[in-house]
Amino acid sequence: MPEPQTDVYAAIEEAAKRIYIGALKTIPPDVTAALERARGRETHPNGQEVLDIILRNIGVAGEHDMLVCQDTGTVVYWLEVGEDCPLNLARVTQAIRTGTERATKEHPLRSNSVHTITRRHTGTNTGLHLPVMHYDFVPGDELKMTIVPKGSGSENQSFMRMFTPAQGVKAVKEFVLQCVVDAGANPCPPTIMGVGLGGTSDLVTSLAKKAIFRPIDVPNPDPVIHELEVELFEAANSLGIGPMGLGGDNTVLAVNIENAHTHITQNPVAVNFQCWAARRMSARMRADGAIDVGF
Amino acid sequence: MTDETRLRFPLDDLDALRELRVGQKLRLDGHIIGIRDATQIRIFDEGVAPPLDLTGAALIHTAPGVRKLADGRYEKVCIGTTTSTRMDRFTQGLMRDYGVRAIIGKAGLLPDSIPVLREFGGCYLAITGGAAALETTQIEEIEEVHWEDLMPECLWKFRVRDFGPLVVAMDSHGASIYRDVKEEAQARLDRLAADL
Repeated sequence: MPEPQTDVYAAIEEAAKRIYIGALKTIPPDVTAALERARGRETHPNGQEVLDIILRNIGVAGEHDMLVCQDTGTVVYWLEVGEDCPLNLARVTQAIRTGTERATKEHPLRSNSVHTITRRHTGTNTGLHLPVMHYDFVPGDELKMTIVPKGSGSENQSFMRMFTPAQGVKAVKEFVLQCVVDAGANPCPPTIMGVGLGGTSDLVTSLAKKAIFRPIDVPNPDPVIHELEVELFEAANSLGIGPMGLGGDNTVLAVNIENAHTHITQNPVAVNFQCWAARRMSARMRADGAIDVGF
Repeated sequence: MTDETRLRFPLDDLDALRELRVGQKLRLDGHIIGIRDATQIRIFDEGVAPPLDLTGAALIHTAPGVRKLADGRYEKVCIGTTTSTRMDRFTQGLMRDYGVRAIIGKAGLLPDSIPVLREFGGCYLAITGGAAALETTQIEEIEEVHWEDLMPECLWKFRVRDFGPLVVAMDSHGASIYRDVKEEAQARLDRLAADL
């Protein structure tokens, strides 16, 4: 990638504005395909009707250039930074913040960001530590930034536990499935269930969040972990909670697990649900300076 | 969608919803009132009476996305429904003190509200959460906005047409789809757990 020019950061700001609004209006194709598959196998009349409405709503949003859901979310970014990317990450982060504020003001979008105690609004969808920023380093010289405007209905259903090695994987499975029951209708099922395993208490919760950034059709590359994804997917969908918790065969669209190594005494697990309106969009800064927008 | 019952809000007869049963599909016309966490904290925790008559009303749990026009009115951008379980503790006060009879939302009210619905002839009407684009097209106009300082958690008066389909998910006879689905899910998990 050539030495970045000043207007690279203006372009990133513009891209941040565009993908925030874009994510709110367009459900990613992997999610829509999963919702269509869910409709095909749903046998409960309530579940069938809810999935019909969900698919119709995605269509209406597209036809009328409208937001899919009114919850414009907490803005969460995951950046994949090429090891040879010459961009200044502090300036990238500032450009993303400004792009988020501009999207909120110029569209306009509902702002959700308030002070935790006074509940006073910032009015910008930004604030202290917001947007939430995560950074991973990957091979190459590109920068890929992915936004998830995270709805509160699903984010409020977040869970973390530190099990012991003696409690084993059985405790992890029971916990994850109990989370599905406890969350019930609240996270707008069918959800993507993000599961974090391993690491420390802070890492495991961010791994659960990273898991919901992963497209539905991409399995965990570790076959041992993927086997657990499949087992939990089938078990969760056998519980009968169904679309919007009104009963049915589709409670989760996917179970995505991200894992880390952990301490010999530890067995951490975290769950982060993503609603069926699993909004996500990316902008990739290519080496030639062009920006590709996609999912 | 052929078996939908049409209802107009606010209700003239406060006992009109007693004949509804869980599973029934509804379409609404007339007016519905938008309300949310901060709005109800003001009414019940701060003791401020709402500046709107809620007798026979259908409330909807929402904080809309709007655009303010030059003349001070609000134009809809995106109006959808939020999680009702968060606001469960206000059900009794709304029905007993203000005459509310229907609550529209997603994810249901907790079992604590079941006897309240029974006592006052109220119902909880489920809408599909997240399906806000469709919902917005069924709201004709934002007619009144009160308590703008709570934006977007104001009291909103919406005029609606063909609003739905809504499912009666909790009725005034003690039935709750959410309670039944959750109890069944827990029983299935308890059986499953042995083989995990």
